[in-house]
Amino acid sequence: MWRASQYQRLQESVETMSCIDARGLRKAYGTTMALDGIDLRVREGRILGLIGPNGAGKTTALNAMLGLTTYQGMLRVLGLDPWTERHRLMREVCFIADVAVLPRWMRVTQALDYVAGVHPRFDRAKAEGFLAKTTIKRTSKVRELSKGMVTQLHLALVMAIDARLLVLDEPTLGLDILYRKQFYDSLLNDYFDHSRTIVVTTHQVEEIQHVLTDVMFINRGRIVFDCSMEEFEWRYREVAVHPQQVEAARALKPMHERQLLGRSVLLFEDADRDRLAALGDVRTPSIADLFVAVIGNQDRETPGVRR
Amino acid sequence: MNTPLDITPDSAPGPQDSAPAAMADARPLFWSVRRELWENRSIYIAPLAIAGVLLFGFLISLIDLPDRRREVLLLEPAQQQAAIERPYDITAMMVMVIAILVGVFYCLDALHGERRDRSILFWKSLPVSDLTTVLSKAAIPLVILPLLSFTIIVATQLIMLLLSSAVLAMNDLSAATTWTQVKFFQQTVILLYGLITLALWHAPIYGWLLLVSAWARRAPFLWAVLPPVAVSVLEKIAFNSSHFGSMLQYRMGGMFGKAFAFDSGGRLDSLAQLTPGNFLSTPGLWIGLAFAAAFLAAAVRLRRNAESI
Repeated sequence: MWRASQYQRLQESVETMSCIDARGLRKAYGTTMALDGIDLRVREGRILGLIGPNGAGKTTALNAMLGLTTYQGMLRVLGLDPWTERHRLMREVCFIADVAVLPRWMRVTQALDYVAGVHPRFDRAKAEGFLAKTTIKRTSKVRELSKGMVTQLHLALVMAIDARLLVLDEPTLGLDILYRKQFYDSLLNDYFDHSRTIVVTTHQVEEIQHVLTDVMFINRGRIVFDCSMEEFEWRYREVAVHPQQVEAARALKPMHERQLLGRSVLLFEDADRDRLAALGDVRTPSIADLFVAVIGNQDRETPGVRR
Repeated sequence: MNTPLDITPDSAPGPQDSAPAAMADARPLFWSVRRELWENRSIYIAPLAIAGVLLFGFLISLIDLPDRRREVLLLEPAQQQAAIERPYDITAMMVMVIAILVGVFYCLDALHGERRDRSILFWKSLPVSDLTTVLSKAAIPLVILPLLSFTIIVATQLIMLLLSSAVLAMNDLSAATTWTQVKFFQQTVILLYGLITLALWHAPIYGWLLLVSAWARRAPFLWAVLPPVAVSVLEKIAFNSSHFGSMLQYRMGGMFGKAFAFDSGGRLDSLAQLTPGNFLSTPGLWIGLAFAAAFLAAAVRLRRNAESI
């Protein structure tokens, strides 16, 4: 029996070469659909930002990928079924689910000892190296560290694991801006090497825009936007329109319009660049702006609908 | 089938790695047990503390030991032995009671605490299966605590023996009066046998506590204790019988009559009174172990689904 499933898995991984592959992923909590048929594919070596409002299903989607929750539909992470093969999957996947999940009673040395003990791909010297750059004392207990230091410790542990996929669920929630900046800097400089894949959810969208290679918006349990950052940068344009040309700009069917310092700022998809340039100051929008446009439009189209 | 066999993902499972897999499974188990001891230091501190208290009391009692011993030596031989053995028996009993208490409260918190403080999300981010985790937690009351109790009791009793021998010798009394009455080696064997049979007999209790700890969202102690009490009371009121209650009582201490053949005075005096054959052929033992396995299997399933609370 194992042979058949192995070949099947092998064939799947050869065909797709994707890190995460989901088709028709569903998860219901009672009558609430937390995931309402998600299709997604994340290729290896990408840094994907999964962005969505509270309760959109981000954490549920990540939990399904990590084997922390049951689901319906097809889901393969690194060719494995996360639910039935979680402990096998965790040899190649790391995750930081929010800050402050490190056990408070643990000492720093114990954390190092334990992860070194159970994880075959953990490089202790590397973790010690990361810790040496911080002010964390080896003998401290987690409860004695500040929230920022706990995150540094967790990141040091995770980055010392030679994993193929790293999942970060609101990794910088509640941290001050210095730690947040440092967090993504070390992730990019010391960890990411284009053979690894990173999936991150966060509300601080602006801070990770330059980090991402792909972005997905999730709303009400569905993927409503999926695009690479290269594509994002040439498909979307934001124009701060000259007051006298507002009507002409609106005729080009913007996705979204907002007011900024007394000027109308219009967001366009696939619009002609030369024509936009004549209307006002053109720039690439931020992910946050596009997010507001996409999610805002969607919520307007189906007012009051809660699944 | 023309599957490209030369492309083998390194994570692909195969029959050839089942033996190394067994070895690989032992390592997470070892480290999981170690981390339980890091987190719950009461596992060894509590029995050590009670042993310290007992030793301290014994030290004080050494002051008038020579006088007491002279009186004891005037008694009948059987009474002599009982009187001389008593402090050693009390030591063993107290440490065992404390170890059981520690085991009970440990189990109630084992799968509850990690959900309460959300550290389960950290534990689950590592390649340790839920089965390994639950087994490592079950190993604390079933393996670690009995072994620890045994070591602590034997060490304490040995110190007591040496101290009393020294005191007696200094007072021109023969230490042999102690050594002939306290058959140290024999008592040690009986102790080890007793601890093993007790752990096996109590396994379903610990399994039940771990199951409740994996299931209850709050107050695991009440959830563990109240349902059995409720069933007993209900049975008493509805049918005026107490089968469930006596079954619980049997589960608490029923093994003593099976594992040992006490003499008419309720005492153990020789290794011939150990009856492992009788113990192993008691259906209650195997039924209990089956329940323990079922409870642990249910706890593993619950932990797979567990979310922080």
